Amino acid sequence: MNNLIEGKTGDWELVIGIEVHAQIISNSKLFSGSSTSFGSDHNTQVSFIDAGMPGMLPVINSVCVEQAIKTGLGLNAKINNFSIFDRKNYFYPDLPQGYQISQFEQPIVGNGMITIDLDNGESKNIGIERLHLEQDAGKSLHDQHPSYSFVDLNRSGVALMEIVSMPDMRSPEEAQAYVKKLRNIMKYLQTCDGNMEEGSLRADINVSVRKPGDDLGTRCEIKNVNSIKFIGQAIVYEAKRQIDIIEKGSLVEQQTRLFDPKKGQTRSMRSKEESHDYRYFPDPDLLPLTFTDDFVKEIEKTLPELPDVRRKRFIEEYGLSSYDSNILVSEKETADYFEEAIKNSNPKLVCNWIIGELFSVLNKMNKSIENCPIRAKDLGELINLIDNETITGRIAKDVFEIMLDTGNDPISIVESNNMKQVNNSSEIEAIIDKIIENNPDQVNALSEKPNLIGWFVGQTMKETGGKANPKTVNEILNKKLLNKG
Amino acid sequence: MKKLTELCLYEAREGLLNKDFTSKELVLDHIDKMESSRSLNAFITETPEIAIKSAEKSDLKLIKEENGELEGIPIGVKDMFCTKGVLTTASSKMLSNFIPPYESTVTGNLWSEGAVLLGKLNNDEFAMGSSNETSFYGPVINPWKGSNDKIDLVPGGSSGGSSASVAANIGLGALGTDTGGSIRQPASFTGTVGLKPTYGRCSRWGIIAFASSLDQAGPITRNVRDNSILLKSMCSHDTKDTTSSSKEIPNFENAVGRSIKGLKVGIPSEFFLKGMSNEIMEIWDKGKDWLKNSGAEIIDISLPNTKYALPCYYIIAPAEASSNLARYDGVRFGHSVKSSDINEMYKATRSEGFGDEVKRRIMIGTYVLSSGYYDAYYLKAQKVRSLITEDYSKVFKDVDVILTPSTPSSAFGLNEKSDDPISMYLNDIFTVPVNLAGLPAISVPAAHDSNGLPLGLQLIGRPFEEETIYSFAKIIEDCANFKNIENQWWLK
Amino acid sequence: MSVDKDNVVKIANLSKISFKDHEIEKILVDLNQIIEWVDQLAEVDTDKISPTFSSFEDDKGMKKREDIVSDGDYREDITINAPNSEEGFFLVPKVID
Repeated sequence: MNNLIEGKTGDWELVIGIEVHAQIISNSKLFSGSSTSFGSDHNTQVSFIDAGMPGMLPVINSVCVEQAIKTGLGLNAKINNFSIFDRKNYFYPDLPQGYQISQFEQPIVGNGMITIDLDNGESKNIGIERLHLEQDAGKSLHDQHPSYSFVDLNRSGVALMEIVSMPDMRSPEEAQAYVKKLRNIMKYLQTCDGNMEEGSLRADINVSVRKPGDDLGTRCEIKNVNSIKFIGQAIVYEAKRQIDIIEKGSLVEQQTRLFDPKKGQTRSMRSKEESHDYRYFPDPDLLPLTFTDDFVKEIEKTLPELPDVRRKRFIEEYGLSSYDSNILVSEKETADYFEEAIKNSNPKLVCNWIIGELFSVLNKMNKSIENCPIRAKDLGELINLIDNETITGRIAKDVFEIMLDTGNDPISIVESNNMKQVNNSSEIEAIIDKIIENNPDQVNALSEKPNLIGWFVGQTMKETGGKANPKTVNEILNKKLLNKG
Repeated sequence: MKKLTELCLYEAREGLLNKDFTSKELVLDHIDKMESSRSLNAFITETPEIAIKSAEKSDLKLIKEENGELEGIPIGVKDMFCTKGVLTTASSKMLSNFIPPYESTVTGNLWSEGAVLLGKLNNDEFAMGSSNETSFYGPVINPWKGSNDKIDLVPGGSSGGSSASVAANIGLGALGTDTGGSIRQPASFTGTVGLKPTYGRCSRWGIIAFASSLDQAGPITRNVRDNSILLKSMCSHDTKDTTSSSKEIPNFENAVGRSIKGLKVGIPSEFFLKGMSNEIMEIWDKGKDWLKNSGAEIIDISLPNTKYALPCYYIIAPAEASSNLARYDGVRFGHSVKSSDINEMYKATRSEGFGDEVKRRIMIGTYVLSSGYYDAYYLKAQKVRSLITEDYSKVFKDVDVILTPSTPSSAFGLNEKSDDPISMYLNDIFTVPVNLAGLPAISVPAAHDSNGLPLGLQLIGRPFEEETIYSFAKIIEDCANFKNIENQWWLK
Repeated sequence: MSVDKDNVVKIANLSKISFKDHEIEKILVDLNQIIEWVDQLAEVDTDKISPTFSSFEDDKGMKKREDIVSDGDYREDITINAPNSEEGFFLVPKVID
């Protein structure tokens, strides 16, 4: 695919690398026993350790280590049996210790690779450089007071995985697909909930531009972008900004920038202007993190089916198209919903309904599939009702609407609203006879315009409230009016 | 009967168990002594109310025979240990208003064994110093005087308040911390017994950090037996400290008096320093003879990298300190200077809150970790440290303990060395290698120099073999028959 | 190696400590003296030596915690020593990114 951007001086190539900060799913923090749950009252989930009080010491959370290994395995990456925790030293109000415990030269996970799926059906491999464990910082609130920032340390010390990609992406779409895929893999693994709104997953995006074939250009890092949409917007803006600078004859300055979603622009970060020297060194309060190959193997045994494997299975087991399977597995919740729905019904029909009706309704309601008002089991049941000719496809749409509004199950809806399909041919025949009798003009015109048969079908459905078995209706009409069959 | 403040810890323990006196009587006498000894400036915070209350509780427990191992015993605690509800300053302006809402593991262990807190003891600011002169609360005065009694002497450092208070019989023992010699050097300067346990023996949780890979808490007492008793109660396996050992904690007291027959003592040739005084050489020789006469074998050994220990230490310790002290930023606790700009606030707070020596070490530490210098200094020092550790592991295949002087001199005068950092750093030349290698070591008073001042000998042991050290230390103690201070000139 | 005035200013800035001019002269002398002294480590051959990470060793590797919530929920204790706090927040001069 040609991703080149047209500039005044010719085509430009975009080079993107992404650092994702993913909050690990764990009950307690990386080095302390305080809670990680979201949305608690400020400074309540803070221990003396998280507040950097004198004499406090870190002790590592075993589950966070396992989660990092699990994620590394999910990224097809090398797991390092020996890794080191370093201190990254800098002063900031939300960094109580004056350093962040992170991993610098020897991370827990090394090189890996994931495959991203693009909208045009193509796929591409994106390299993973490393994954390491580190502490999150606290949060400063700036709108509480004219001259003070308010510091809340609830997040301070929460376990993060920083996942660093190779600079392998060449377009905003690829960058978005990469973050989506990464998020999806972690959701499958249950190592990160992927919730970008709550900040469980943030992306730092490194963007540079170059003429095709040239060496890498100077990059700018856009910090803490927190939605897939913004990732796209930020890259588009930043690429254009850099191209403009170079085409005007200036040089791009290496910078840390922030994306402003309201303006759709990136801007230089004031607080990061000062040049940094983080003075990394191994944290003397901790020891090297070591584990055996067997330990990794035990974790490997617990890995769930990952999206790529699941897609393959959907194609082979359920006969779905590659395109449809891809849509289903690209969100774990959708794939889970699908598999729940097809327990007793036709996979292809269910897939069509999810991708068609369900998605369009959810879109309109601005809801995700986790909050879908229709239970997967009920959607399966609805499709069964169509499949075994209990209701017509047209009625099914009405039932679907009622399910959305009431949350009731389709069988009781069909029962109580008398929506069952009419299969009785004599009953239908009587209705058709009446229509023929009342519309002699249309009957006469039929010989000229055979397409008018559709009008009779419509009338019949109208008379039966859409409940007539369409096959039967067609058969009878054909026999009576076209002397066929 | 002896005055209660003249008893040592094990004598007081016996007296309490025999109901010869109550803990309250014992504690009140010590409080009197503490108050009449203020000219030594050993205490930053006196806690008489807490002491009396705990003593009363202890007396009840003693009556009911529910006593802990240190029931009713008054001790002092270096101001590096966080004590819940009691001002804890690290002898710094930076923490001059800090009242911890938590208790360090080591002090917590002592209280649960019934020990009584007399007060918080002065030290060099953030334990950085060898003379107790860097304290924001002023220097501690050594209760010992040389032949010229007009000269005030330093008690050593950084645990200067601990050593001085024990030498002056204010408390039956004291807690110190030792990062490069901060227990052993002051013990040597004050004629007291000071042990730095194996790294990992005592929990570091709740002790204000100076250099995390070197810091270790330990006891200072008036004799070896007291030391072993106090150590036992300090130790625990602490799940809150990654570097706290889960090794079994022996009853160290059992080792006091144990024979050393057939055991081997190493004498490292590298500890013979050019220009070292004859007195130090003589006392070292005496020590050898005492141990030999008690059945030990003396072996000459070599620790070839000894000369690099001090420079190695003066890279690693400041590096760790520069990072450990970053949390003092005026936001969550401690001294704080107001400003409308966060960076100005940090700078003003830290420039005002820290004293010169602390700033100097933060600067060195920041420098050796900074980009472009890390490999040449910090990484290099950690490699040299591996060599030093290796020297000791090799030697300990052949010997059971190593005997050296504790310090290159006896106590010096106040302000004598405070302007020259390196000559001050050289005080720790015999003690620093032990911290780098994480080993246990003790300083035992062995003699008085010609000026009448105490000199100590140091015994270094294998990791977690404090018992062996105590057995040897007891022999030296018995042979030296060291006489404590006679003229309590400082009493008001 | 030796330290110059620019180094001192840079290091002081990283350390968030400010020195007055006459103090800088003094610290420059001290630092250079100390640096010169520790430079003797350069003569040690450490080519094949791995650095010490800790003098503490545990056969079972680094001690780990179970993932249970066992700490926190004492805001009062966290903020009680704060020089400037309001409604359970720490207050700092306004920081804007």
